[in-house]
Amino acid sequence: MPMAKEIKLRKGLDIRLKGVANPVKKKPTTQKVFAVVPDDFYGIKPKVTVHEGDKVLVGDALFVSKQNEELKVVSPVSGVIERINRGERRKVLSIEIVSDGKQEAKDFGKKSVQDMDAASVKAFLLETGMFAFMKMRPYDVTAVPTDEPKAIFVSAFSKMPLSADFSFVVKGQETCFLKGLEALSKIAKVYLGISPEQKGLFDSVSKDVEVTIFDGPNPSGNVGVQINHLSPVNKGEVVWTIGAEEVIFIGRVVLTGKVDLTRTIAVAGSEVKEPVYVDTPIGIAVKDLLAGNLKKQDHVRIINGNPLVGSKTNIDGYLGAKVTEVCVIPEGDDIDEVLGWIRPRFNQFSVNRSYFSWLQGKKSYDLDARIKGGQRHIIMSGEYDRVFPMDIFAGYLIKAILVGDIDRMEQLGIYEVAPEDFAVAEFVDSSKLELQRIVREGLDMLRKEMS
Amino acid sequence: MSNIIKKYFDKIRPNFEEGGKLQSLHSVFEGMETFLLIPNSTASNGVSIHDSIDSKRIMSMVVIALIPALLFGMYNIGYQNYLAAGVEGSFIEMFAYGFLQLLPKIVVSYLVGLGIEFIFAQVKHEEIQEGYLVTGLMMPLILPINCPLWMMAIAIAFSVILVKELFGGTGMNIFNVALAARAFLFFSYPTKMSGDAVWIANNQIFGLGNTLPDTYTQATPLGVVGGGSDITTSLQDMVVGLIPGSVGETSVIAIAIGAVILLWTGIASWKTMLSVFVGGALTAWAFSVLDMTPITWYEHLFLGGFCFGAVFMATDPVTSARTETGKYIYGFLIGFFAILIRVLNPGYPEGMMLAILLMNIFAALIDYFVVDHNISMRAKRTIKK
Repeated sequence: MPMAKEIKLRKGLDIRLKGVANPVKKKPTTQKVFAVVPDDFYGIKPKVTVHEGDKVLVGDALFVSKQNEELKVVSPVSGVIERINRGERRKVLSIEIVSDGKQEAKDFGKKSVQDMDAASVKAFLLETGMFAFMKMRPYDVTAVPTDEPKAIFVSAFSKMPLSADFSFVVKGQETCFLKGLEALSKIAKVYLGISPEQKGLFDSVSKDVEVTIFDGPNPSGNVGVQINHLSPVNKGEVVWTIGAEEVIFIGRVVLTGKVDLTRTIAVAGSEVKEPVYVDTPIGIAVKDLLAGNLKKQDHVRIINGNPLVGSKTNIDGYLGAKVTEVCVIPEGDDIDEVLGWIRPRFNQFSVNRSYFSWLQGKKSYDLDARIKGGQRHIIMSGEYDRVFPMDIFAGYLIKAILVGDIDRMEQLGIYEVAPEDFAVAEFVDSSKLELQRIVREGLDMLRKEMS
Repeated sequence: MSNIIKKYFDKIRPNFEEGGKLQSLHSVFEGMETFLLIPNSTASNGVSIHDSIDSKRIMSMVVIALIPALLFGMYNIGYQNYLAAGVEGSFIEMFAYGFLQLLPKIVVSYLVGLGIEFIFAQVKHEEIQEGYLVTGLMMPLILPINCPLWMMAIAIAFSVILVKELFGGTGMNIFNVALAARAFLFFSYPTKMSGDAVWIANNQIFGLGNTLPDTYTQATPLGVVGGGSDITTSLQDMVVGLIPGSVGETSVIAIAIGAVILLWTGIASWKTMLSVFVGGALTAWAFSVLDMTPITWYEHLFLGGFCFGAVFMATDPVTSARTETGKYIYGFLIGFFAILIRVLNPGYPEGMMLAILLMNIFAALIDYFVVDHNISMRAKRTIKK
């Protein structure tokens, strides 16, 4: 392999939280009910293809996309469809499956990647339900199978607080990971972003995959940042992105012919007794995943994902399809701080030097979910840009979205961003604006306009 | 402690809710509650954790940064009065006199400004914004001590309503609120804002201080220069600040302490602040080389409102340029125009206020070009392919 290019990033912010998962793999003691949530595959309008009481194997379709019925999401477990939960206007909220514990899988047949071309790889990914994990820029939604992407981006690391360490997750599964990358490289050029610590880890990667080292603080592990530095998305262009662990899914089905949606989930956070990694198929019930591992039941926040880009869930929820960790932190709704805005607050973290985080080196913090301030107009300037390692004026883009000016959003580079790229900016924002929600709405607005 | 406060607020809360007796004061209630207790509302979407910084903290830091200039200003009010009267006074007497002179102004400034903010917050059903905490303390500091209270009250009302709230409140205003109020006074009541009769407090309070004759005049050093005379002020007095002038603007040392606080906490941009000084220094130097100004370039920076404006006014994040490149240009031009107005305009000996207000207008334009550069680079990227 030729020497990988190294890109240094200065902007960003590493947030150290207590309760990082120890590199130990465990299995859940009980696992019975699983659920697949269509909203995890954002952009797909689901058409359910199973009925309550149906028996399914691992790899059997649960629902397909109304726009393109080839695009489907398959069952992570074998068992019986317990319930299809619907909300307002019959929106499908989740499909619950009671596992039979056997994990019998449908056989799609092993494939030999070197004999395949772009079309056959795409068709195989669609058939096995793997394609549903592919996302696209612009819009940060599930990719459209008929598009011709100019590149596929995979990031092998995340610098988000409490996130799973892919270097650990991939141990023992390197072959599957590399095979998955090789399969993707048949569709378009694949870029793999790695951290400096991962040098040498993927040396035997296929020559069609370009490896780049990104050296910088969070969010340097975001594909969006990597795309911006390697092959920025212009109007009319499409780039696909897929999570590193999902590349392993692809490798498994290519090598064995059987779907296996087992992840190694980091269970982390200061409210977890024993932060570890848990091997489990996606969709496991949160109460099974966290069984006996919570310090307390009340005033905690369970997050599907990490505290920056994850979504709030609860003990009755299910593991998201695309998340790599589940975090539990204090909710903080029972804490009353008197005159907090003027106190030194030694135990709280801030990038601002009116607090004392700058004195405390690499201390890990126990942060709760309080917003710690009222929402205001944007007052300070340059707050977002300091943690936004892309050639984009983040504050101006946010303003363009707030006023709904589509032309200006395009000019300012909205095609290149996803909500997660604004997560660190949302964290540091002294005006407490919901940047990820704003960006999501901007992208949806644009997508509606363009379709 | 927190329990007692919380219980108290919970007890009186029903009065302020919809249908309660004191519903018309609900914004005041919320303001007081969030002032005393950090709201424990938690994030419902987006990030689950937040930085502890908020706009209350930021505004408090600016207030803290203003305190050295405020305290020195109080002392200097007394010092100038005793000096003018030729009376010996102790440090305590001078400071107490200045304190008593300034206190009513601070109280009136906050009463008028916050009162208006409370009303607007109530009408708009928004939280009370903290911006006025800074403006309210700045106001007395940028006026001559003899400016009457009622004038200041009118100017504040004008500025908070027309310059801030009509534009949408803190964060949306184009002009620096305190400076707009000063400009209002400057053009409406010029005899109370400049000249040589307004800078020295001239009455007794509680037996402190000295009554000066009505005919007593004392110009600021810049006024002296503007009048065509040579100044006799020592460099040491200029830096320490024992000279006549607007209350908070005289002491370079006190302002420098404030500058360190603002820069250290990152609330003021060093790019803006530095550029103002560079712009002012170069312009003043050019004029003194051309022999058009009798004082040196550094005296230009030490005198008048230059330092106060550069540290506290030009760096106001809302009204200054918001792009990093823009901040250099914005700051430099403020320094340039401030000295230009001082030297070339025969009417006003001071130019800082007008320079900053002028650049407030152009800040958005400067940013426009910086952002437009990014836009055109992105557009070119598409064509190049």
